[in-house]
Amino acid sequence: MVRTAWTKGLMLIGGAMTLAGCISVNAPDKPIVIELNINIKQEVVYRLAADAGNTIKDNPGIF
Amino acid sequence: MMSHFAARIERSALAQAGWAALAALVLIAPASAQQRDPAYAAARSSGQVGEKVDGYLGFPTAPSAETRRLADDINIKRKAVYAERAQANGATIEEYAFSAGCQAIARTVPGEKYQAPDGSWQTRTSAPPLRDPRCP
Repeated sequence: MVRTAWTKGLMLIGGAMTLAGCISVNAPDKPIVIELNINIKQEVVYRLAADAGNTIKDNPGIF
Repeated sequence: MMSHFAARIERSALAQAGWAALAALVLIAPASAQQRDPAYAAARSSGQVGEKVDGYLGFPTAPSAETRRLADDINIKRKAVYAERAQANGATIEEYAFSAGCQAIARTVPGEKYQAPDGSWQTRTSAPPLRDPRCP
């Protein structure tokens, strides 16, 4: 009987510790945007701009 | 001897007809690529397809099977062109496609859909489109 009381006590303490140490994780309220083009540098985009413009002009069927 | 000669003439005439047909095809092929397919033009103006930031067509709303096929087909052709031009310019396909996307979004006309840098779909107005800060 003494032993079960001990066990119960330990379980209670353990439960209290678990509750205190609980970390709550909330879902962000904003959508997560994954930037896939992060590696594209502005200088490269500038360098390719004229050629890309011509490509669009030369392929009007697909642009 | 005579029949042999006749056969030669016939063959050269056939060859000429073949070349003429081939030349006609070559002349017709670029002409058909010179303008948008009516289905594509309609999908653009109705906002079923729009210009994405990455240089390809996307769907502002859930597409029909036909619209999806149409856009997939164009995107495959675009990728082929991007790949060729990227190689010629010593850039990656993604870099070239992104650059073309900047231009394609700039060229949208009022009423057409385009993707803003945050990923949202916008309808082009007479005002300049919202573009990535890296766009020239």
